Amino acid sequence: MTSYTVSLICAVGINVILAVSLNLITGLCGQISLGHAAFFGCGAYAAALVMVATSSMPLALMAGMLAASALGIAVGFASLRVRKGFLAVTTIGVNFLFVGIVRKQEWLGGEMGVSGIPPTGLGHLGDMTLIVVIALATVLFSLYVTRSWMGFAFKAVGEDEQAATTVGIGPAGYKLAAFGLGTALAGVAGALYTFFTQFISVDSFDFTLSVMLLAMVVIGGIGSTWGAVAAAAGLTLLPEAIRFVNDYRLLVFGTVLILVIRLAPGGIAELARGAFARGRTS
Amino acid sequence: MNAQLVLEDVAVQFGGVKAVRGISTAIGVGEFVGLIGPNGAGKTTLIKIVTGLVRPDRGRIFLEGQDVTGLGTPDRVRRGLALSHQIVRPFREMTALENVALAAGMALTANPWRALFHIRRREQYERAALILAKVGLAGTERKLAGNLPLGQLKRLELARALAVEPRIVFLDEPLAGLNHAEAAKQAETISEINASGVTVVLVEHNLEEVMRICRRLIVLNDGAILVDAEPGEAIANPAVQDAYVGGGAMSHAEA
Repeated sequence: MTSYTVSLICAVGINVILAVSLNLITGLCGQISLGHAAFFGCGAYAAALVMVATSSMPLALMAGMLAASALGIAVGFASLRVRKGFLAVTTIGVNFLFVGIVRKQEWLGGEMGVSGIPPTGLGHLGDMTLIVVIALATVLFSLYVTRSWMGFAFKAVGEDEQAATTVGIGPAGYKLAAFGLGTALAGVAGALYTFFTQFISVDSFDFTLSVMLLAMVVIGGIGSTWGAVAAAAGLTLLPEAIRFVNDYRLLVFGTVLILVIRLAPGGIAELARGAFARGRTS
Repeated sequence: MNAQLVLEDVAVQFGGVKAVRGISTAIGVGEFVGLIGPNGAGKTTLIKIVTGLVRPDRGRIFLEGQDVTGLGTPDRVRRGLALSHQIVRPFREMTALENVALAAGMALTANPWRALFHIRRREQYERAALILAKVGLAGTERKLAGNLPLGQLKRLELARALAVEPRIVFLDEPLAGLNHAEAAKQAETISEINASGVTVVLVEHNLEEVMRICRRLIVLNDGAILVDAEPGEAIANPAVQDAYVGGGAMSHAEA
């Protein structure tokens, strides 16, 4: 396997984890987040610091997960106070604050980022396998949550919080759970990214990435795990396959996003279901 | 009388408007109470205070002897109280069966952690199907709630309230928007619920049905209790006749 293929598979795996974890918050529980890159970055920085200090991959993975979910739960508390539209604005703010603050921290490498992160010792193929295994586990976990009573309650909270209260569901606890789980997974993705690149800088976690991740969730079909997987893989590989897309990445994604919202609001998931239904009847 | 719900000097005002001004009352186990009064009398506000959707400015609420004034709606629902909204609020993107099953599975959704470790829904679906049949919604199980007509949504709202297995239910205009036959049938269902031992508090403009099924009337006017009596006596009270402008509604009820 060429190192180019390995790096592509790693990028797809990490984006799948990010899109599926954002789908948990936005798709399943209805809480719009436009700051997912901040949690990704939080996990990456925490893992990088622990890697530099201890060279322990499992410790770094744990640190990434815990740091991101701690920040996620804090932002989740904000979501209890603000109405839906404002949550989008709040999370954008979180993303800008994260980038702005990290950029000025000397102990985090400032503009230069963190370099010289020790390797995991698994080799490139080993790192790739780790990423693929964790991405698969994330997908399975998301499918499980969707089918569980937690997913059932998420759906209720996402649709109508007041109606949810009348069937005994406290929206606050579920929103915090969604943010806690979704951002923990983003933190794991951050740690994996750190292992793979061995160098991180704050520009990799800016608002543009958050928008792209939300675009993946919407294009995949809000709430659909497989849709998020398909969109994450497609939107990661497309710029590699077509040079034009790479040059005008945001333009192309924006266009696809608008087309999906206009023509197929249910995204890839809806199109797939439609094709499946037609296949069965014909 | 074994008091199930006690209100002590409950009051709330919105801006400068005193919506509910110092209401005290007690409702016993198994009672069937009609809460009536002209528009703006404070009926819906009072229901919202009792169910925890509105915080009172003063006063206390006791449910089965426990002070629930500081509790939110989910905690009150978990202590045996249920409500159906005046304006129906189904989960539109769920089927009718899912709407009711979610309520029937209340024990599993007490907290997210517990909910995460439960998958099977069969038992709740079976119970939900029975409840749907009971309110006359058999056959709608697989339909999206968002596609049901208002008459059926009113019954779905009732089914969801029943699915939490309440000991006391608050129904805010469950008959509004229904035609004569539908209203009579829905009123019959509500009577049966009461007959099974559940305390019912009914806010309703359809006085004909209220007079027919309730056994106690609390008449509100201008945020306070005007009369609290057995239905015939309450309606005959001159103060009640005065409260309803022209008394047109009254004569219709007596007919």
